[in-house]
Amino acid sequence: MSSNDFNSTPITPELVKEHGLNEEEYKLVLEIMGREPNINELGIFSVMWSEHCSYKSSKKWLKTLPTKADWVIQGPGENAGVIDIGDGQAAVFKMESHNHPSFIEPYQGAATGVGGIMRDVFTMGARPVANLNALRFGEPDHPKTRHLLSGVVEGIGGYGNCMGVPTIGGETNFHASYNGNILVNAMTVGLADTDNIFYSAAAGIGNPVVYVGSKTGRDGIHGATMASAEFDDDSEEKRPTVQVGDPFTEKLLLEACLELMATDMIVAIQDMGAAGLTSSSFEMASKGGVGVELWLDKVPMREEGMTPYELMLSESQERMLMVLKPGCEDAAKAIFDKWELDFAVIGTLTDTKRMVLKWHGEVAGDLPIDPLAEASPEYDRPWEPTPKQDRIDPNSISAKVSHVDALKTLIASPDLASRRWIWEQYDHLVRGNTIVRPGGDAGVVRVEGTNKGLAATTDCTPRYVMADPVEGGKQAVAEAYRNLVATGAKPLAITDNMNFGNPERPRIMGQFVGACQGIGEACIALDFPVVSGNVSLYNETNGVGIMPTPAIGGVGLISDLGHHATIGIKRDDSALIMIGAATGELGQSLYLKTIEGREEGAPPPVDLGAEKRAGTLVRELIELGLVRTCHDIADGGLLVTVAEMCLAGNIGADLHLPEAGSEIAWLFGEDQGRYVIATRDPDKVLNAAGSANVAAVIIGQAGGDSVVIDGGDKVSLSELRELNEGWMPSFMAEAV
Amino acid sequence: MKSAVILFPGINRENDAIAALKQATGTEPTLVWHGDTELPKTDIIMVPGGFSYGDYLRCGAMAAKSPIMRAVAERAKQGVTTIGVCNGFQILTEAGLLPGALMRNASLKFICKNTHLKVENADTRFTNLYGAGEIVEYPVAHHDGNYFADSDTLDRLEGEGRVVLRYCDVDGKVDPATNLNGSQRNIAGIINEAGNVLGMMPHPENAIDPLHGGTDGRNLFKSMVEAAS
Repeated sequence: MSSNDFNSTPITPELVKEHGLNEEEYKLVLEIMGREPNINELGIFSVMWSEHCSYKSSKKWLKTLPTKADWVIQGPGENAGVIDIGDGQAAVFKMESHNHPSFIEPYQGAATGVGGIMRDVFTMGARPVANLNALRFGEPDHPKTRHLLSGVVEGIGGYGNCMGVPTIGGETNFHASYNGNILVNAMTVGLADTDNIFYSAAAGIGNPVVYVGSKTGRDGIHGATMASAEFDDDSEEKRPTVQVGDPFTEKLLLEACLELMATDMIVAIQDMGAAGLTSSSFEMASKGGVGVELWLDKVPMREEGMTPYELMLSESQERMLMVLKPGCEDAAKAIFDKWELDFAVIGTLTDTKRMVLKWHGEVAGDLPIDPLAEASPEYDRPWEPTPKQDRIDPNSISAKVSHVDALKTLIASPDLASRRWIWEQYDHLVRGNTIVRPGGDAGVVRVEGTNKGLAATTDCTPRYVMADPVEGGKQAVAEAYRNLVATGAKPLAITDNMNFGNPERPRIMGQFVGACQGIGEACIALDFPVVSGNVSLYNETNGVGIMPTPAIGGVGLISDLGHHATIGIKRDDSALIMIGAATGELGQSLYLKTIEGREEGAPPPVDLGAEKRAGTLVRELIELGLVRTCHDIADGGLLVTVAEMCLAGNIGADLHLPEAGSEIAWLFGEDQGRYVIATRDPDKVLNAAGSANVAAVIIGQAGGDSVVIDGGDKVSLSELRELNEGWMPSFMAEAV
Repeated sequence: MKSAVILFPGINRENDAIAALKQATGTEPTLVWHGDTELPKTDIIMVPGGFSYGDYLRCGAMAAKSPIMRAVAERAKQGVTTIGVCNGFQILTEAGLLPGALMRNASLKFICKNTHLKVENADTRFTNLYGAGEIVEYPVAHHDGNYFADSDTLDRLEGEGRVVLRYCDVDGKVDPATNLNGSQRNIAGIINEAGNVLGMMPHPENAIDPLHGGTDGRNLFKSMVEAAS
């Protein structure tokens, strides 16, 4: 680009529209600038005000979420949330979506999603110690599903395995609503010292602004804008906007950053994620209340002939922006030289509160920072509530198949079949601290050098949220809480990844509003605040939206790994006890969907008070060493839960039937707030439950090599295992 | 008892290797950077797993050309106990310290799971605390663990008792069904002619703590320490 090209490109209404700005927004641009922007400036407005970066549709509602607790060190607004885990250490975590890129190019889309979230965590001074994910694909027989699933899983593994961060958990669903718009949400948990956490607010007029990591290429330009629009049939043409990941470089960047962070040279640091250099520099300057001058010709470039426009908008991966203390440049550079990474001083902080872009000495852009970063549009979009559905009367359902046949069908169904095929492709053991591997309720990693454990899980039941956004939002938080409790962890905080359709449709916006309400209520009741999150809207293809999917990532702390629980039954002389009460909720259950072919009814309501009481009781029982085997009751209900515990421990069980009421509701109802535990001391457990005002009842006995219903109908564990483990490998082996 | 862990860019199981060596030797291993040309005085050299140089050429190929590898080869030649695990095994084959090569897994997928292994030779400095034919359980975590060598080399390895570990099932059955990754003759670990260099794909360092779910890997490290003391 010759020197005056960026001033000579005419800013036509078409060009403005191509940049995703509507008329009103462009008027605001003119007002803020006091003149017509040049092409560089227009590009910056475009990405900064994209839904992805500005949260313009969601901000109003996100503000209502509870974000505080005594142990919260940093809530939403930074690269990741930070919570105190005692002994001078903190857990740093966040979940983020990479949905659109993963649909277009599954391997790279998923890989760079994982790379991006890890950068968010180590930017704050934390070493990533665990990865998780939450994945949603279209129905299994959709022609694209296998290709997308296999690419996404390989991409997640390809990046995380190379980085040496164990992938310890996750969830995967299939549903037709994701046929044209899969969801790939990646979560990272890191460990930091509480006195060495790094933030992004720039400070110190005259301090150097430093670029480190990979060189900048033309990849990912306008990725944030793409993530803020609906898909259509031409979306595949957007492939060039998907970034390409280089996990090896990121591994070096991680080690170099942590090495630099052990010194005292960094003032502020921010990773270059969505909207790359634009977003990182604006956020740092805006938070610090300073101005910045960037010398774009100094940016390390991968290709010849790159323009200021491209440099500001590129989403090349594995890059960081830092403000250093003055005079530290050489010492900092030596660290990056050792790791063979680029290091360039590309600007300086000023007191102008403006961003001035220089290109070989010439001004290529000059924008005010605060109006742009903070006064971005905020919409109160019209919304309408989702109509309530009727509760399914359990007595209206009569058994079409035997209970054992229903169990066999369910456990081999795409919803409940084992995900081993997926998680065996992830290194879940590297670093040598994995204590509970994938396949249970939550993954657990030891806090290195201690006897404490961090438990982490991702959860959401989209069909519940679809039927009732408020109850579904509550349920997602409650299930995360429960999965942590089931390992013996005290649930501490969550990250939320809000995946929804087009917010300009009132019904969709209503789903978002309802889910926020439900999540908020659950967070307050369970003392389980939101410390970080991400919003992904416009998850629609050709006008068909996804099921609302507010994925919740929960983190909890096990104070003594000597007392933790896993789902596998360990002794055949144990009694099985159900903790929590059931009234027989079959609405939106997998039994209703899989056996009856009906996706309907009110989802199970969540009694947050009972949830808290049951959770506290179960955690205390595990902490006391009374319980080593525990599994929460979720998808599929009681019988599926017990079968999973049997399979994991390779010990069978005989399950009682209720004396009265619907057997189907008892065995397959998805009532919330429940756990199954195995114990050799049932009286102690029942007494403890009694004093805690928590319902508890013996539901059966462990033993044998089959799952038996009330001494009669049964299925062997080997048959059940084949059904449960067989589905995904054979599904993935089928030719497309 | 001194041990050294070699660090290449992209190595990521050094943490695990350090923990295992520390447990077995009672002292912190020395970390040696790939760009160094000299090794400290050490009784055990460990090349850990990971993705040196991103595995972007052939696994281990670039690391094998690192400056430090000349010193490692020199010490190995002098008889110092040297172990390469996973990417470390790949590096040692690329450096010519062990025969054969590690190819893509037959499944073409990364595999992370526990596997059973048969200790085929318990008379080595790496395995002498195991019984002959003992079945042990370690995890694997690799994408390129499919051991290949020509049949003459394989025959020679077998004849000289240099096949130390083989993939098998819980009963010790070694057959195609228990061959995790397509390796020739189910080979999971081999030693050099002098018996002081071991390369293996599975991770004994991830089976050293009851919280790992098993401690079968401890005896491998203990064997090395006993042999070297």
